[in-house]
Amino acid sequence: MTALEQGNATPELIDPRGPRVTASITLVILALAYLTHSTTLVVIQLIQFSIGGFVSPKKAPYGLFYRKVVQPRLSSNFIGEDIRGPQFAQKVGLIFALLATIGAFSRIDLLFSIPVLLALVAAFLNAAFNYCLGCQIYLLLHRIAKR
Amino acid sequence: MKSSLTLVVVLLLSSLYGLWFRKTRGTVKAHTAPAVTAEEIGAAFGSRLTLLQFSSAFCTPCRATRALLTDVTKGLGDVKHVDIDAESHLELVRKLDIRSTPTTLILDHRGVEIGRAVGAPKREQVVDAITPMDI
Repeated sequence: MTALEQGNATPELIDPRGPRVTASITLVILALAYLTHSTTLVVIQLIQFSIGGFVSPKKAPYGLFYRKVVQPRLSSNFIGEDIRGPQFAQKVGLIFALLATIGAFSRIDLLFSIPVLLALVAAFLNAAFNYCLGCQIYLLLHRIAKR
Repeated sequence: MKSSLTLVVVLLLSSLYGLWFRKTRGTVKAHTAPAVTAEEIGAAFGSRLTLLQFSSAFCTPCRATRALLTDVTKGLGDVKHVDIDAESHLELVRKLDIRSTPTTLILDHRGVEIGRAVGAPKREQVVDAITPMDI
């Protein structure tokens, strides 16, 4: 199925503040993981990104935290965001978390720290500037992949 | 100590990039590209200008841009808004060198690009760009 065909179906819309909160938590966890060289924290991110990317950002741990703890305290007035954007971003995060996990277990320091920092930058830009990673790289990936 | 310094530098550089990014998105810049045909975009051109928007399936700023451009061109007989899915027009995307979505091209009545805005533009930016300059 191409994205155009998917685009024709009614997309599931979510509260856009959810992914921003998820990005903020991700930023803190990755910063701590980087500073303390913690394998545990990277594995926590790996779990978050796997569920967020392949099940739903709403069902991943940080998404659940947002829905149970943060959302009830906010106004219910928001313009919905297509869930597939944040889901794509979680899949990109998963690639970095996988590399970092391999780096942690194989004790290759740069294979741990570089992917952690790259994922951290993406999370920071998303949390602080509402940066839409998919908007920047999705089309480029398609241009490269489909010659 | 060394790693916390690295972290601070990385966050600082990211902030600079983020600020630059936010500042430049949506700015209409003069740009030239090969002319497009009505056939390629699947719609007739506006009699004066066409706002040719490239979108991707799940891009939130594309939705905002679509709503804005539809609203701005509403009631204008000579400016037309055409929104096309970038992914299903990859040849055109390469020809016009579209890199991210949304990207909006301002085309004259012959389909020749006069400027483009990368990212979601603000209302004033669009209004400025489509207001006739010879009046």
